[in-house]
Amino acid sequence: MKTEIIISGFGGQGVLSMGKILAYSGLMEDKEVTWMPAYGPEQRGGTANVTVIVSDDPVSSPILSKYDVAIVLNQPSLEKFEPKVKPGGILIYDGFGVINPPTRSDIKVYRIDAMDKAAEMKNSKVFNMIVLGGLLQVCPVVSLDGLKKALTKTLPERHHHLIPLNMEAVEEGKKIIKQL
Amino acid sequence: MAEKEVMLMKGNEAIAHAAIRCGTDGYFGYPITPQSEIIETLAELKPWETTGMVVLQAESETASINMIYGGAGAGKRVLTSSSSPGIALMQEGISYMAGAELPGVFINVQRGGPGLGTIQPSQSDYFQATRGGGNGDYNVIVLAPNSVQEMADFVDLAFELAFKYRNPAMILSDGVIGQMMEKIILPPMKPRRTEEEIRKECPWAAMGRKADRNPNIITSLELKSEVMEQRNIHLQEKYKTIRENEVRYETRNCEDADYIIVSFGSAARIGEKAVELAREQGIKVGLFRPITLWPFPSKEILELAKSKKGVLVSEINAGQMVQDVRLAVNGAVPVEHFGRLGGIVPDPEEIVEALKEKLIK
Repeated sequence: MKTEIIISGFGGQGVLSMGKILAYSGLMEDKEVTWMPAYGPEQRGGTANVTVIVSDDPVSSPILSKYDVAIVLNQPSLEKFEPKVKPGGILIYDGFGVINPPTRSDIKVYRIDAMDKAAEMKNSKVFNMIVLGGLLQVCPVVSLDGLKKALTKTLPERHHHLIPLNMEAVEEGKKIIKQL
Repeated sequence: MAEKEVMLMKGNEAIAHAAIRCGTDGYFGYPITPQSEIIETLAELKPWETTGMVVLQAESETASINMIYGGAGAGKRVLTSSSSPGIALMQEGISYMAGAELPGVFINVQRGGPGLGTIQPSQSDYFQATRGGGNGDYNVIVLAPNSVQEMADFVDLAFELAFKYRNPAMILSDGVIGQMMEKIILPPMKPRRTEEEIRKECPWAAMGRKADRNPNIITSLELKSEVMEQRNIHLQEKYKTIRENEVRYETRNCEDADYIIVSFGSAARIGEKAVELAREQGIKVGLFRPITLWPFPSKEILELAKSKKGVLVSEINAGQMVQDVRLAVNGAVPVEHFGRLGGIVPDPEEIVEALKEKLIK
């Protein structure tokens, strides 16, 4: 089993961190993982993206032509990656960041209003964790247990009190994602 | 304890950890994208408090390479890293080290050129790395890692080879391998060598003369041409020995293959996926990956290629390693090149398409 994922959005939305948490969660479950960021100036305001591969077998290329799952958080990302989802694959988009919704009918399209939910939770920083929750609801690449372990491992101890808030955001994300 | 722990980190971070663990005495470098995590990680790990390793941010790449010259001249395990434009600045020092037969290690996490170019990945420094790069008839040993694990493992290997042959060694990586995170098991801790051990291993080193020997002189300068020619002959003999003993490579799915893709470093990882995709389409393709770019696995490539229908050299440049492959294959079968330029990294499908268009038709 191998899942090839692209996560794309504006720099500062937590795209790279989301990918990192996902990769660490895979590590916690003894899977093979590769995390490949776009490391250019896009990190500082343009479109940032990261490819995450979670697999039972060793991973070959960190650079891909097509993806099983695309998570797009703004319009330019949707336009870039909608054509690159494998037929039968999954596309998840944030309802606030994307104005013109996807048009393909040979893939499963999900909408998650994560930006609105984060505003409702009065914490814009949990935005990416809401999206991650949505992903795990429709494509359980890693378990919630693995995710929690990854957070414990990657966050410095002084931030451990924030883990429950992050897990809550994941739960919210699982609830609000809907298939179109 | 944590010795065998599986960790997740970037290729650049892996180099920093490995440098400390393999008993490096000093790192001298100047930050540049996409490899700044090497010096950042070293600064974070503070090895000067544990192993006594020096970590110094020099004022420029020219300064770093000359600090390496000095450290290596004293028999120390010294290391520098940079990316393409910075490595270009170091070429004078590398040539001097080759001339003075000093064992330093350099890491080039390549980005696109020429000039300042781009900060995105590229493999366009292949010629510079494998042809010497500076002035004079010389070679440096060049290792091309294709994973985060190899980034770590090759640091110690590069030092071992550099000291074994008293020759500079380079790790030629790129922005893909430097920036991506993968699982890694860090190499075991190895203590730094003591002064006594260095005196024993490096009787040539300039580290303070005891009364029992003449002074050691570290220089690349020799004004008597007869002596200089002998020195050059000695270097060429040494390079021959390295060519005979240190070639490293890897093959995948080559046994039943009709076509071979030859790629190194990150391009070889993309090539692996291209092999998977091509085989799904019923095209039998294998992958040959040179691990040492100098010495180059010429004999091995010829041996493999002669029974095949053709070879595609896929590298992230305008056609550099393809020259070595063509020299190796010497017309026995068609050899074609595919590459993207300026910081664009090809995806696996492009390579399959290139294979079909250039070789299968």
